[in-house]
Parts: sequence; structure tokens; C-alpha cells
Amino acid sequence: MTASPTATADTTAAGAPPTAGAPSGPLAAVRRRRRPKDPDAAARGGPVWTLLAWILTLFFFMPVAWMVLTSFHTEADAATNPPSPFASITGANYSLLFDRGVSPFLVNSAFASILSTVLVLVLAVPAAYALSIKPVEKWTDVMFFFLSTKFLPAIAALLPIYLIVKEGGMLDNVWTLVILYTAMNLPIALWMMQSFLAEVPKEILEAAEMDGAGLLRTLWSVVRPVAMPGLAATALICFIFSWNEFMFAVNLTATRASTAPVFLVGFITNEGLFLARLCAAATLLSLPVLLAGWAAQDKLVRGLSLGAVK
Amino acid sequence: MVRRPVLAVAVGAVLVASGCAGAGGGGGDGDSQSINVLMVGNPQMEDIQQLTADSFTKDTGIKVNFTILPENELRDKVTQEVATGAGQYDLATIGAYEAPIWAQNGWLAEFTSYVDKDSAFDKGDLIKPIVDSLTVDGKLMAVPFYGESSFLMYRKDILESKGVTLPERPTWQQVADAAAKVDNAQPGMRGICLRGLPGWGEMFAPLTTVVNTFGGTWFTKDWQAQVNSPQFTEAVQFYVDLVRKHGEAGAAQAGFTECLNAMSQSKVAMWYDATSAAGSLEDPKVSNVAGKIGYAYAPVKETESAGWLWTWAWTMPKTTKHADAAAKFALWASSKEYEKLVGEKLGWARVPSGKRVSTYSLPEYQEVSAAFGDITLKSIEGAKPTDPGTQERPTVGIQYVTIPEFADLGTKVSQEISAVIAGRGTVQAALADGQKLAEEVAKKYQK
Amino acid sequence: MTTTVSTPSGARHREPGAATGRPPARDRWVRRAPLLPALVFLIVVTQVPFLVTLVISSLHWNVLRPGERSFAGLSNYGTVFTDNRLRAAVINTVVLTASVVVVSVLVGLALAVLLDRRFPGRGLARTLLIAPFLVMPVAAALIWKHAIYNPTYGLLNGSLTWVWELFGADSGPSVDWISSMPMTAVVVSLVWQWTPFMMLILLAGLQAQPGDVLEAAKVDGASPLKTFRFITLPHLRQYLELSALLGSIYILQTFDAVFTITQGGPGTATTNLPYEIYLTMFRKYEYGEAAAAGVVVVIGTIVVATFALRVFSSLFREEVGR
Repeated sequence: MTASPTATADTTAAGAPPTAGAPSGPLAAVRRRRRPKDPDAAARGGPVWTLLAWILTLFFFMPVAWMVLTSFHTEADAATNPPSPFASITGANYSLLFDRGVSPFLVNSAFASILSTVLVLVLAVPAAYALSIKPVEKWTDVMFFFLSTKFLPAIAALLPIYLIVKEGGMLDNVWTLVILYTAMNLPIALWMMQSFLAEVPKEILEAAEMDGAGLLRTLWSVVRPVAMPGLAATALICFIFSWNEFMFAVNLTATRASTAPVFLVGFITNEGLFLARLCAAATLLSLPVLLAGWAAQDKLVRGLSLGAVK
Repeated sequence: MVRRPVLAVAVGAVLVASGCAGAGGGGGDGDSQSINVLMVGNPQMEDIQQLTADSFTKDTGIKVNFTILPENELRDKVTQEVATGAGQYDLATIGAYEAPIWAQNGWLAEFTSYVDKDSAFDKGDLIKPIVDSLTVDGKLMAVPFYGESSFLMYRKDILESKGVTLPERPTWQQVADAAAKVDNAQPGMRGICLRGLPGWGEMFAPLTTVVNTFGGTWFTKDWQAQVNSPQFTEAVQFYVDLVRKHGEAGAAQAGFTECLNAMSQSKVAMWYDATSAAGSLEDPKVSNVAGKIGYAYAPVKETESAGWLWTWAWTMPKTTKHADAAAKFALWASSKEYEKLVGEKLGWARVPSGKRVSTYSLPEYQEVSAAFGDITLKSIEGAKPTDPGTQERPTVGIQYVTIPEFADLGTKVSQEISAVIAGRGTVQAALADGQKLAEEVAKKYQK
Repeated sequence: MTTTVSTPSGARHREPGAATGRPPARDRWVRRAPLLPALVFLIVVTQVPFLVTLVISSLHWNVLRPGERSFAGLSNYGTVFTDNRLRAAVINTVVLTASVVVVSVLVGLALAVLLDRRFPGRGLARTLLIAPFLVMPVAAALIWKHAIYNPTYGLLNGSLTWVWELFGADSGPSVDWISSMPMTAVVVSLVWQWTPFMMLILLAGLQAQPGDVLEAAKVDGASPLKTFRFITLPHLRQYLELSALLGSIYILQTFDAVFTITQGGPGTATTNLPYEIYLTMFRKYEYGEAAAAGVVVVIGTIVVATFALRVFSSLFREEVGR
């Protein structure tokens, strides 16, 4: 049985180096299950598949690339037929964004997204624990209930929420968005974390229990390293959904708490060209998410892999 | 793991920064020195957002917070805001369609008292039909910011090259014939651009004017629905045929913006749409056809005039706590002083025109609007909202019916007609469905 | 590797004791405790609005006619069930959701398989592939509508023109994508956005395959195709189900793409349920009808989801009890 350590280049060690208190045996066994480096992979029908992979990648990326390119053109150049990818570059659209005061919107978005994500994790992780590692009875029903809260179309829920928020005097308040985004993302976070926590091998938990570790100790030193990448993946996905949320943001905020998506649509006009400005706004406002996504993308894969539904 | 401390720092930084962004939602909302304005994202509104801080706020100390949204989202938000009395905004832009309905619901504060007190505002200077469309029971319920009618724009050079001449007041048949002749005058150029985008204010704005001048109407004075009447059918069939035969590519999704683009890029030779389009077409910075455009009055058939009437106006929900400050801003925004400010700072073509007669006498404005200024003013002055067609109407309005149900009715029928333009279904079937919907609506109003 | 312990269900309600195999009451509450904050929070924030929705659905309430609010009983539900437009909307929603989920799962699977191998620039390729999922959906819909599909200056027709001009023609065909194939146009833009999401989940599944099993298969001389068919695919089944389930929940509620790209048209060809509810709320301003439609959607989704999860899916059969 090959005892080769960690798998392919971009799925690094499952979590962290063996942490104190956690038996290294089971963790190493977890690591061993990952596939070893496969030196033959590159040789197997390599160039054709590689080419295909790259063609598809560029195909998918093309609209994004076009969006970024257009953001540097003038409005007239952005709307020519045939398209003029080599038109002169200008930063005018971006300075327009800052002239229009984009910063407060970005701050509001960051506040709502980060805070709601933190809150989601704080709520979802213990709940997932109670549904996986030491599950309650009827855990499937609970899981289904959580999912069912997403069945009501947001547009239908808008009116009741608007009325409740209005009566509560919480219109145009970022905290309203925080609470709503938390509720919006909680089911998904729960389903994902439930999968990730279920991944924690039983042997380790039993070993820890036999070693006399209490609940908190077990959580910190045994569960956390295995589930941390899954946590990162969940956090990123919740952040993305909160950042991009438009419907509640536009209806429940006014001048103080408006978020980035509301700012973006403000560039659309029925009476003139707006494509270049729109692309600039879209690029700028997608940047935080894009950067976060790219920084975490290998964690995302690793996380989702560790969070395998067995 | 590294992530946790980073996360904590990030959260902390954001919490600190958010104090400045007013994310806490508390803050000075009882402050009489600031008002909230909700407005549509048209170029004229974007200009005022740019100019307010350095002029109005500096002079009066009143800070103005703007929210800008595109037309559909704006209507949704304004209606929800005003109808539920949320009180978040002190001023909002609405159109001539909403003003009378909302005034009758008692949602709006009136402006007559403010306007009368302000002699510099010169309310006599406002163009009469525009004021009439915003006046309910003798009280002005909204202050017009800019107004428009509709007319025909065409490429003088292209028509000349094909030996086509159009009179100043053409008929629709003449226009159709001209479009046929200039279709494909240049490679890739179609004859005419007409809106086909679904929406009561999109396709049905020009289409209703065609219906009016063909002798049709949505409802008679005693609320009989006339959507599948012979005249209405003839008008719609004419419009659909013209667009399908000589109209722009992608007509079923073409609104103002698409046609503006098509016209500026020489993809069409003629265009029937709002008078406000002329400003953009004659601006060499965004248009390749500046100086080449001729203008004619809205084409007619059975009526003398056919142009529509529309205005975006400032209105004050009754729930506002800063009525005086809001009124001050509205009056300033619609003043002669502001028009001059726009002209000097941003260029005379960007002046929000179509509401004051005096605008068209400003020498600087006349210079940039030489080709279209006069015909615009006369189109607006000649619009007859009380009597736009060949029969009496139950409500005041040219290209819409001033009842709350019209937004839904017009949109649904326009969806079907847009489908016909796209090649699905027939005009008869679409209008038969439309008639059913209209009869449902009419039931509520028949005595 | 996995040891399954079936959770005792329907245990006898006797005194808490080791004999029944059911954990004592205190134990049960200790197990439930971590779940409660999330559960309570979610119940408060989602069920209160749902109750309000139920109340509103029993009213005749047109906000543009203030003062005419009245009790309607179940008549709004009657309207909902007899409305042609809503029935068309249901069909469109099903078609839209099914198409997007199926296509994006298949394409995602293909991409995941392709990216499972090592090749130069693989990390970069993966990051580029995630980009569509990260762009704001509102912005993405606008880009597709105006920058790609537009018949006059969109990228598709522009590229066609460029190609045609290469062959000496004056200009390329001017296809009106949105009008001639509206559902396809919306589906393509949604597939573009959601394939990365599917790909990530499936890629994770591929990389979680036990290395020793694959090694053994290789040693036994199994071809890559056989390995894929008999080892990989079964292993992937749960990932496929998870991604399809999560994707469906979100795509069912698609609003931005329909609103921006086709406005539900031509006619009602692409009007889906969320868009139809939007029209009821913001054109007709019939709040009661909109609420009733929302409630009907919830009930319908619960029925379908229960059926799918309990009968087809293996997701809930995973016993993870400890």
C-alpha cells in the first residue's frame, strides 16, 4: 500500500500538519486516500485533451475578457459593428465611477457580505455538527426544512419583508441586509458544512474521545483541521451570494445603505449608450469577489473535495 | 490557520469604515439640511447629480442625496415607496402618467403654493400642455424637469440620394413609402427604426400615437374597449408591417437606446421617436451623423398632429419631513438659472429642455439646436392631451390611458405585439387577447 | 471506510434508559443544542414573512387603489390556478430549470474531467473558469444582452460579420438571437454562469476518489474509459445529485436573466414564475394574487423536492449517525 504523502500539486496537505493532541495515524490515513502524483497523466493522450481544456476555458472566459476590455473603451467604440477590440484605451469610465461616488456602496457591500458570512458560519457550523457528527433524530427532516426556506421565490417574499422592515423602522439600514443575507445563505451553508463535517473520520473522533478530550478540545484540534478547507469554501460561496444580491438591496435601502449592485444598475439608462460605463462598473464591482475567489480557489476545490458527500 | 486573524482584521476594518458610510442606519435623518432624491437614470438627471454639490448645496447649505435607477426599477421603487408611505425620499421623478393617478390617491404634496411665491421661477414660462398634464384640480402636483414630444428624424443626405422628399408634416403613408425607397440605400442600412421593445411606455408610446392618428383608441369616453376595432387593428398592422419590411434588425428588442445607436451608426435612415433624441444625435462626440439629420413633425393620418407628450417631473410624497427644502431644490432644478448652469458647465446641448418656452430663445441654445429646436417647441406646444384622436377620451393623455391598470394592460398587449414583430403569431390574435384584457379593465370604470 | 449506524427512529417512548438503545432525554437535548440557534434564527426570519404572505394572499389588495382592501378568502388561489399566464410560466420554469441544470452539469462534468489531469497552466485555467460564477448576475445578464446578443453591435453578430468579411462579403448575417430563440438565449447565459459552480463540485468529487482503488484498477489493466464508467461515475453520483439539487434551487428562482435579456418575451415565451410574480406585483399591483402565487410555488416545490429526495436521491440515505 503506497504510503506516499499528499496528492496532486494543488490539493496540499489535508488541512494542516498534524496538530497536537490529534493522533497522526488516522489523519495520515485520510491523506493517503488522496490520489498520489500520477506521473503518467501528462503523457496520456496529453496534447489533445490539453488543447480542448484550453479552448473551453477561453470560450468560457471570453465574455468576462470582453467585459474588461470594453470597460476601457469609449461608448461609441463599444457599440460598433463589427466590434473593435483594438480601439483606443481610455480610463474615463473608471474615473466616472469614482466621480459618482462608488466608495460608500463598496463599503456597504463589504459590511453586509462579510458580517453576514461570519454570522452564517457561526450559526451553521454548530448546527451542522448537530446534524452530522452527533446527529439529532430526524436529521433528514431538519435538513429538508432548512432547504425548504429557499422555496419561496424571493420576489414573493419581498413584500412581506418590506412591510415588516418598514414597520420596524429598519429601512435603509445595513443591518437589515446582514440579517436577510444570513437567512438567505444559512441553508446552503448548512448543507455544505454538514457534508464536510460528516467527512471527519469516525476513528479520529473515537480516538480523541478515548484520549479524554472534551467537546471543545475535540472540535478545535480534531474537527477543525479536517473541516477548515470546507469552511473556507462555504464562506466564499456565501460571500459571493451576499455580494451579488440585488433584489432586497434595491428595495430595502435608500441613500445610506445601498450596496454595489444598486450602484451598478444606476448606470443603465434608457436614453443613450451605456455599455462601456456598465462594463467598467461591473469589472470594478466584481473585483473583490474575483480576487477573493482566485485567492481561495484551490481551497475551494480542496474544501469541496474534503466535504465530499461520501 | 492564517485565515482567522485576517478575517478578524478585515471585519474590524470594515466596522470602523462603516461608521463613516452611515451603515449604522441611525444618523442625522432629522437633519433639515439634507434631502433624499430618487430619480431615473437619464442623462439630464446624471448631470444634475454632478452639478448639485457645487452650486445648490453651496448656496443653500442643503445637502442632496441621490439615488439613481433605470426606468423600470425606478418606477417599481417609487411606486412601492410612495404607495406604502415609507417616507424615505423627499423628492422623486415621475412622469405625466403617474402624477394624476397618485395625486388622486392623495399621495402627493402640491407645488402651487411654492411656485406662486417664487417669481423668479416664472411659471408662465412653462409650456402649457406640460403644465396641464401635471395639474390636478388646479393644483400643480409636480414640477417638470424636462419634457418631450415625438417627431420623425431622417438622414437628409440618404433621402436626397434616393430622390425622396418629405413634407414638414408627412402622413404615415408617405413615411412608409420613403422607408421602402431608402431601405438598403447603403449596405446594411434599413429604412426606418421603430420601437418594438415590449412595455407600455416603450413600444406603445409611438404605437399609441399611430393608433390615435389612424382613428383608433384604447377606450371610448364611456369605457368601451376598442383594442380590436378596425382602426386600432389597421394601425397596429401598419406599424408591424413597416417594421418587419423595412425596420431595424432586432426590432422586437429595440427600444430608444437601440434605435439611437442604429441611427448614429448609419444602420437606419429614419427614426420616429422622442424629441429628446435630437440632442444626442447632433452631438459630434457620440454621434457619427451630426449635422446630417432632417426633422419632420410626427406623421399623421386622420388628425392634425400626432406627437406624444411626456415629462419627467419632481414630485414630493406627502410623507416628506423636509417639504420646504425639497421644494426649493425642485424649483431650482427646473429654473432658468439651472439651465444656464448646465449650458455653461456641460454644454448647451445638454440643457434639460422641453419645459420652458424661454429655453428656445436662448441664443446659445439656439445655436446648438438650430435644426430641431423650433420643431421641438412647436411639437410640444401643439400636443393635445385632452383630445389626441378622432374621438373623445375618458382620460387625459396622448400615448397612455391615465388609469392605474394601464401599465399592466399596455405591457401585456405590447408583449404580444412584440412577439408578432419577432415573427410569432398574428396581429389579429394579439389584439383579440388585448381586447379581452381591456374589457376586464373597463368593467371597473363603466358606470 | 464508512461505518453506518442507523439512527433509531420510532423508538418506544419509554423511560430514558440504555435498554431501548435511544439516548436519554438529556443527551438528546445536548445533541440538539448546537442546532437551536440556527434553527430559531431561520424560523423567525423566514417563517414570519411566510405567515404574512399567507395573510396577504387572502386579501384583495391593489396598492394603487388605496382604501379598497378587502378579504378575499381563497379567491386569489382560484385566480392563480385558472390563469393561463401562470400555467405557461410553470412550464417555462420547468423547461428553463431542467435545461440549465442538465446542460451545466454535463458541461461541468466534462470540464471537471478535463481539468482533473495535470497540464501546463492548469491552475490558471481553473481560475479563469470560475470567473463567470463570480461576476454579478445583473451585470452578466446585461453583458449577454447588450454586448453579445445585440443584433447590431453584439459580439456574436460582430464575429459573424468579421468572418463573412474575411470571405469578401459586405457584412455578416444579422441574426436576432433574442427574438428568434429566446429560451435558448436565456438558457445559454445561465449555463455560462452556473457551469463553473457544477464544475467545482464535480472536480472536487473527482479528486476525492480513493487513490488505492484507482491504482488497483490500473494495475488490473482497466482502460480509462472502463475506469470512468465503473469506478468514477458511481463515486460521483452523490456529487452529481448535490450539484443538481443546489443548482435547481437557485435556478428555479432566476429573475435577473429573464428580466434583463427578454423581459419574459416574446409574448410569454420566457416568462418564468418569479418574473410572472414580479409582473403581478409591479405592473398589476395585485399584492394578494402575487402572494397566492408565491404560496403555490412553495407547495409545488415541496412536493417535487420531497419526491425527488426520498425516491430518487441517495443523498438522504447516507447514514452518518455516530
